[in-house]
Amino acid sequence: MELTQRETWTVIHGMVLGAAFLLAFAGGLAGLYSLRPELLTVTGLRERLPRLEIGTWVMALVAWLTVMTGTWIVYPWYRDPAPTSPRSLLIADPARAEWHTFGMEWKEHVAWFAPILATAVAFVVLYYGAQLAKEHGLRKAVIALFVIAFATAAVAGIFGAFINKVAPIT
Amino acid sequence: MSSAERGKPNGPALAALLSAGIGSAALGLFTSLAQIHAGFKALMDLDKNLGFGVGVGPLSGKTLYAVAVWLVAWAITAYVMRAKSYAARPYLTATFVLVGVGLLLTFPLLFESLPVIQK
Repeated sequence: MELTQRETWTVIHGMVLGAAFLLAFAGGLAGLYSLRPELLTVTGLRERLPRLEIGTWVMALVAWLTVMTGTWIVYPWYRDPAPTSPRSLLIADPARAEWHTFGMEWKEHVAWFAPILATAVAFVVLYYGAQLAKEHGLRKAVIALFVIAFATAAVAGIFGAFINKVAPIT
Repeated sequence: MSSAERGKPNGPALAALLSAGIGSAALGLFTSLAQIHAGFKALMDLDKNLGFGVGVGPLSGKTLYAVAVWLVAWAITAYVMRAKSYAARPYLTATFVLVGVGLLLTFPLLFESLPVIQK
């Protein structure tokens, strides 16, 4: 029951931060969706708003930590020029090369949308506060960007999990 | 009722969203340019060019430069749009178009099919 240092970082990057991101997204989305005057009393709004602010900022922070650990700690091990690195093994096998040429190429770039978009969403939630409930157009746009942020992270997360299954970092 | 009538102007919020769109489009642009131009790809290897030597490669520059573009754009738009309210729709449309452009230009099937300018 031991993990190497590299395996530990892949777990932190993919599972620990990934799970926190998922939880923060679920809470944030529910909070944003229900942030409507017809659904909430003034008291309810006051009670819910701090949770929404914390949730959106946690999601943004976790997204930054995920892409930074992924890019600057885990990714160099993946793309090591050694013939035994995951990237080298995938490229050398035509049957598995697409995991790199499509999966990793997409994952490594698309993941970076998540922190940028999540931060913008968190800022708007913090800036407007309760007033966001009355800003219908902006609230819908913020929800859409929040979902896009999650979707990009989901693409990165899913490909990360599959690639680490096909060619694990050990 | 407009944002201004209700209280807080929408300028700062629109600035945050628009700059996120600009940062997203920059990420897409850098990704595609690095794919089609070897010189640009070498320029993006900040990890090597700045002597970090971690092994991240061109992804280091593509992402850090995109983040820099986003932050500079946010600073500029936040300054220009501070304490003002605007019709939100054009700014929101621009935001989503820019995010869409960024997503398209980071999609491998698209950027790998672009003509190579410099090998």
